[in-house]
Amino acid sequence: MIGIIEIIVVILLAAGVFFMLTGAIGLLRFPDFYTRLHATGKCDTLGEVLIIAGLLLHHFFVYSSVPGAELSVKLVPVKLLFLIVFIFLANPTATHAIMKAAYNTGEKPWEVGEERK
Amino acid sequence: MIKIFLAVGLLIALTILLALCRTVLGPGVFNRVAAINVIGTKTIVLLVIIGYIFERPLFFDISLLYALLNFIGTLAFAKYLERGEVWSG
Amino acid sequence: MKKGEKVEKGKKGEKSRGEKSRGVRGKEGKRGGEREGVERKGGKGFGIFVTFCVLFLFWLLLSGIFDAFHVGAGVICSVIVALISHDLLVRERGEKVLLKSFRFVIYLGWELWQIALANFDVAYRVLHPRMPIDPLIIEFDTPLRSDFALVTLANSITLTPGTITISVEPERGRFLVHAISKKPADALTVEKTMQNKVADVFMEGGQEKGGEWKNDMAA
Repeated sequence: MIGIIEIIVVILLAAGVFFMLTGAIGLLRFPDFYTRLHATGKCDTLGEVLIIAGLLLHHFFVYSSVPGAELSVKLVPVKLLFLIVFIFLANPTATHAIMKAAYNTGEKPWEVGEERK
Repeated sequence: MIKIFLAVGLLIALTILLALCRTVLGPGVFNRVAAINVIGTKTIVLLVIIGYIFERPLFFDISLLYALLNFIGTLAFAKYLERGEVWSG
Repeated sequence: MKKGEKVEKGKKGEKSRGEKSRGVRGKEGKRGGEREGVERKGGKGFGIFVTFCVLFLFWLLLSGIFDAFHVGAGVICSVIVALISHDLLVRERGEKVLLKSFRFVIYLGWELWQIALANFDVAYRVLHPRMPIDPLIIEFDTPLRSDFALVTLANSITLTPGTITISVEPERGRFLVHAISKKPADALTVEKTMQNKVADVFMEGGQEKGGEWKNDMAA
């Protein structure tokens, strides 16, 4: 029997994978360095957060609510929550750092009508 | 459920392959550093999924550690490319 | 180069460290700039205590083993790390921290909705066969001055539809932003929704609407 939790987990995982694939396709399709960072800096972060949130729900309802589990298995959702918060803070900061380095070194942005770089 | 995790893992591996294409193609060093950052963040998620497939709770700690290392690595790269040195003094 | 690096990051930890001289960071050089609107009191003890609490909480939550050896090792490690690096986490004792935290949580809820919108927007632009993008670089001023408010706004700009922060100047609150088309750029500079919300959360500065952006290309 398929429970409601499994359906929610599958939806979250599918959405996360869709956003990750979109980010990677954007990395290949966009014509310039700055626009490529737009694609990965936003889509990667959300895709990862959705996948890990789906796994967190799965763990919480399958492993953690069993009464005989030991504490280090019950505390895994906390670790995944730390991972989510860290990714939310770290990915945009890394994107911003590399973009600032490129701007200060003189990388020129693309305008409509130029050729791909 | 294990089959769904396997499918997700394979799709993430496909994403890593696409980012690897950009690493090889990208003209200049900045495109390559951005693609390596993408590969690093995909590895974090792949480690968590492998932890669920093989049912070993050790992999979550490893992925948390690798998230920190990837972040610091990208920041060190960015600092070096901007200034020519990472730590002065 | 070391003092230049400190000036560029706008380090404010000098005052809260008391009279303990630290050698190189001496009398000359800019001391991180005096910025209005930020309270500056509280000493080292508060910083060490808060850092120790945060680190010990992380240790307990991440290990999950509660016998005497592990908890004792946790206390010792947390104390040592808190003594060494407490000034990275806590700079000064701000005022009205609870009210700001409460408003910050509400702001996070709004921001999560904006993140979802952003990603649908980027997905549409990536998968559309004609790829409608028109990138430009804009620059604007904000009334925010404290570290935490600037970081929150920069992170929000990077996570919301169509814009990424390039650089921030802390003295004037000036942001340099790369936008992917005209619509997100206008939402950031003309309507100023996000800046007003962040200024409301941190209660800094008067907000006004309207203004123009200047198109600043990397020449």
